[in-house]
Amino acid sequence: MANIISDETIEYVGILAKLELSEEEKQQAKKDMGSILDYIDKLNELDTAGAEPMSHVFPVNNVFREDVVVNGDDRENMLKNAPEQKDGAYKVPKTVEN
Amino acid sequence: MAKQYETVIGLEVHVELAAKTKIFCSCSTAFGGVPNTHTCPVCTGMPGSLPVLNKQVVEYAMAVGLATNCSIHQYSKFDRKNYFYPDNPQNYQISQLYLPICYEGGVEIETAAGKKTIGIHEIHMEEDAGKLIHDEWEDCTLVDYNRSGVPLIEIVSEPDMRSAEEVIAYLDKLGLIIRYLGASDCKLQEGSMRADVNLSVREAGTEKLGTRTEMKNLNSFKAITHAIEGERIRQIELLEEGKAVIQETRRWDDNKEYSYAMRSKEDAQDYRYFPDPDLVPIIISDEWIQQIRDRQPELRTEKLVRYRKEFDIPEYDAQIITESKKLADLFEEATAICKKPKKVSNWIMGETLRLLKERGMEPEEIKVSAGNLAKLIELTEAGTINGSVAKTVFEIMFQENMDPEQYAEEKGLKTVHDEGALRTTIEAVLAENPQSAADYKGGKEKALGFLVGQTMKAMKGKANPGAVNQMLKELLQ
Ligand SMILES: [Zn+2]
Repeated sequence: MANIISDETIEYVGILAKLELSEEEKQQAKKDMGSILDYIDKLNELDTAGAEPMSHVFPVNNVFREDVVVNGDDRENMLKNAPEQKDGAYKVPKTVEN
Repeated sequence: MAKQYETVIGLEVHVELAAKTKIFCSCSTAFGGVPNTHTCPVCTGMPGSLPVLNKQVVEYAMAVGLATNCSIHQYSKFDRKNYFYPDNPQNYQISQLYLPICYEGGVEIETAAGKKTIGIHEIHMEEDAGKLIHDEWEDCTLVDYNRSGVPLIEIVSEPDMRSAEEVIAYLDKLGLIIRYLGASDCKLQEGSMRADVNLSVREAGTEKLGTRTEMKNLNSFKAITHAIEGERIRQIELLEEGKAVIQETRRWDDNKEYSYAMRSKEDAQDYRYFPDPDLVPIIISDEWIQQIRDRQPELRTEKLVRYRKEFDIPEYDAQIITESKKLADLFEEATAICKKPKKVSNWIMGETLRLLKERGMEPEEIKVSAGNLAKLIELTEAGTINGSVAKTVFEIMFQENMDPEQYAEEKGLKTVHDEGALRTTIEAVLAENPQSAADYKGGKEKALGFLVGQTMKAMKGKANPGAVNQMLKELLQ
């Protein structure tokens, strides 16, 4: 494997993704990420100078909606997706602003 | 000699657009709805839901960009800004990092020091977050997603401001332009305009920018002024003590008048921006830009120039009237009907502003139509009602907008032009007040005023004060 993922990188990616990995999972993730990067490196074999970076697969643009309210109050249904709810709101662990 | 420091300020201004629906779904943006009643799978970040861009949002953003002398990126797209927080149900905010819709503009401000242009680095479109409410009874937080997905533009200035005065002038100017465009009501207190202040200090005469901090939660001009002053002093003190300013986000506490560092997340911010694959690029043609340009209303600066040419009203009046598009429209429309700019201006500068102030109202809330204001002026000019009756009628029109002529008719407020009736009344008043009559004849001019007042009272205010004055003098000769 050409790409070696460091312990620090796995630790950092874990924090960003809010994942707590076991030692075993970390080792596996290091291996997987390394081989993903190896695969991507294949692109280096191509000359991409002058090629525009692509952000969309389909040649479609300007998909718009008119500014008209269509959705009504569907709170009851929406809240069915909440792990916990209270007084018509989504209940989450205490989140302090500062 | 103590070192001299220069304050360098750049602003990030968030403006909530006046669109009826959210940026990516057809939910209402109406303010103050019952929690979560304006939500759908898109704005609550349900897997599998797809955002579709509101065209009106693009047009408002373009309108603001053109009015602030920006160029338009004719190929623009959306990116995801990734972070975890309960107010953000998708775990990413859809924003524009790489190709914001507008770039490189600027507005001219005027302060005591003179005129100056504040550069605008870019304007991008993005979505607002939900609202977190601390539950008073349980140790938990409740989330309301009604605000989630409400369309915003973020206007990023260049670090061109040097004082709180310039910051306020810049915000005033932006607010004025955007309100004229109808793109937002731009109220700091209500959060439809929010300003984050990036501030650093450097020794006067040096080029290199100092380390900056960002201050959030500033929701009044007073808070902005105090926060800038406080942060300027804090940074200078650090430098004087030989310490470094740390690049951080600080939150302003309006009650304590103090800013404090917001706890930095476990790590530095790493938003891992990438293009949003759910949203296709926006391609803006020259024709579309021209359409938006053609639709732009006359802005305040142009209006002022035209007022000076077209209307014979004091410069001060023109300045005040054009500060609000609503007042300017009322002025122009009423003047077009009655052809008396000075009279219309007087009603706006006098009674209208007085009532607005007294009732704590915004000009947008004025109910009186230009047609009815013009009619009131014509009725007064023709002597059909007198000045004090006109004021009374206006006060009611201000909130109910009824036809002043019909109202005066129904309430019996029209000036009585019956000379016989007036003569009879004055004779009675003179008979009741022989002392005043004698005083006037003896040279006391003031006594006449008292007699006019008594006559007006007896006529229930419906007489023409000029006519009363004249007849009194006649009868007292
Ligand atoms: Zn929605």
